[in-house]
Amino acid sequence: MPDAAPGSDTTILALHGISKSYGHLAVLRQVTLAIDKGEVVCIIGPSGAGKSTLLRCVNHLDSVDSGTISFEGRPVYRYPLAGRMVTDPDRRIEEVRARIGMVFQSFNLFPHLTALGNIVEAPIHVLRERPDAALARGRDLLAKVGLREKENAYPHQLSGGQQQRVAIARALAMNPKLMLFDEATSALDPELVGEVLRVMRQLAAEGMTMLVVTHEMDFARDVADRVVFMADGIIVEEGPPGAIFSAPANPRTRQFLQNVLDRSGRLQANG
Amino acid sequence: MSFSLHEMISFLPTLLAGARITITVSIVSYVLALIVGLAFGIARIIRFWPVRIIAAAYVQFIRGTPLLLQLFFIYYVLPYTGLVIAPFPSGVLGLTINYSAYMAEVFRSGIQAIPHGQWQAARSLGMSRRLLMRRIILPQAIRIVLPAIGNFFVSIFKDSALVSIIAMRDLMFRGELLASATFKYFEIFTMVAIIYFIISYPTAKLVEYIEVKLNVSDQHMQGPLGHV
Ligand SMILES: Nc1ncnc2c1ncn2[C@@H]1O[C@H](COP(=O)(O)OP(=O)(O)OP(=O)(O)O)[C@@H](O)[C@H]1O
Ligand SMILES: [Mg+2]
Repeated sequence: MPDAAPGSDTTILALHGISKSYGHLAVLRQVTLAIDKGEVVCIIGPSGAGKSTLLRCVNHLDSVDSGTISFEGRPVYRYPLAGRMVTDPDRRIEEVRARIGMVFQSFNLFPHLTALGNIVEAPIHVLRERPDAALARGRDLLAKVGLREKENAYPHQLSGGQQQRVAIARALAMNPKLMLFDEATSALDPELVGEVLRVMRQLAAEGMTMLVVTHEMDFARDVADRVVFMADGIIVEEGPPGAIFSAPANPRTRQFLQNVLDRSGRLQANG
Repeated sequence: MSFSLHEMISFLPTLLAGARITITVSIVSYVLALIVGLAFGIARIIRFWPVRIIAAAYVQFIRGTPLLLQLFFIYYVLPYTGLVIAPFPSGVLGLTINYSAYMAEVFRSGIQAIPHGQWQAARSLGMSRRLLMRRIILPQAIRIVLPAIGNFFVSIFKDSALVSIIAMRDLMFRGELLASATFKYFEIFTMVAIIYFIISYPTAKLVEYIEVKLNVSDQHMQGPLGHV
């Protein structure tokens, strides 16, 4: 694991001891994780481990109860300053969010806007780009995700895989410094998974910094610089994919990987 | 019972003048109620809780009391506090307040029907609350509530008859006045009913037509991502 202390200039995101509970349920417990610029980190782990919650805390769709988050070398959202806790104004939080792209399991495209409309909405209204410039870039991004001819299609006219690729293009249109993926392919029919993973692989190859929650173990093995295994709100184990997949140190990691491999083996046998 | 076409025609100008007031008071009240209702609908889900409480109290109180009583209060009770309002603005005020409370509920439910994922996606793109409400949530919510909002347009014409009791010279008021002066209750109230119907039936049809048109062009709203 790269030695990335919060604030070092290669670190883009640093989570320091973040905890989060829903009522009595501790969903995140003292999670510490740093991500370098250009790094691809995959988070794996059983359902309920807190993976989605962790991602939502990174762009403050959820707030942490304690611990600090630093983005691009600065503490963000809520942090101690001069001995007391301060909360960033909405404006500042929105600026940080605008620099972090997020892709959801359920796509969440805006159904009243076309593919291109989805992509240019935030560049025009949040970044205040000139509409013609935003549209030109939006078309480039559609071409990049292989949907050049779909700019006028509404989300309901697109397959799940196409919708998710538009959603990725929508996030990229903001020129994010970090991309979050929360099980981007879990809601897709098996035959549509490949086209989305291809786009994600390409993005990784281009040097995008990515934090990816996934159940696609092949993707994690091939693309990740580092794999993080989470269970019950803690990071149980992390390391390069080679180490995690071939020689997991922790019995829980072993157990989890065994289950996943069994399941995918069964799927292949049945399919 | 004598039945004179000639007589009925002689009532017509008076009744039509009343109909004009009925239409005016209905349209003005409706438009105002739309604006006020939208404002209260949004106020009910705003983050700042005192605004939420006030909006909820307004909506519940207005919906929990009869329109007739609200009109009485504006026209007969407010003058005791030194506030005298003429019949026409009183009627508009009463209808606006009453309808805005119902519309606020409809707008609120429409806004809350938008899947959570839409808010999350918009916020993850750095949109402010105001921007995501205006550009993402409201355009979808308004399509959802359109049938309900359209039906209010039909019912406000009929409910506006109540303003006759605060001396507004609308269709109902003129009908009553004519009837009690001539004792031609049958002829006059039949004419009043027909005029109301002539106004409200095409309105209902128009609302229906707009609904169908919007439903057809908005099939995409029922796409696969309506749920999260
Ligand atoms: N808004 C919420 N209110 C209450 N509990 C919640 C909420 N969101 C998540 N939880 C709970 O927190 C725990 C962690 O949820 P989270 O979605 O982060 O898990 P996950 O690791 O992403 O799981 P999955 O693989 O199923 O997506 C779960 O037990 C979940 O039920
Ligand atoms: Mg999850």
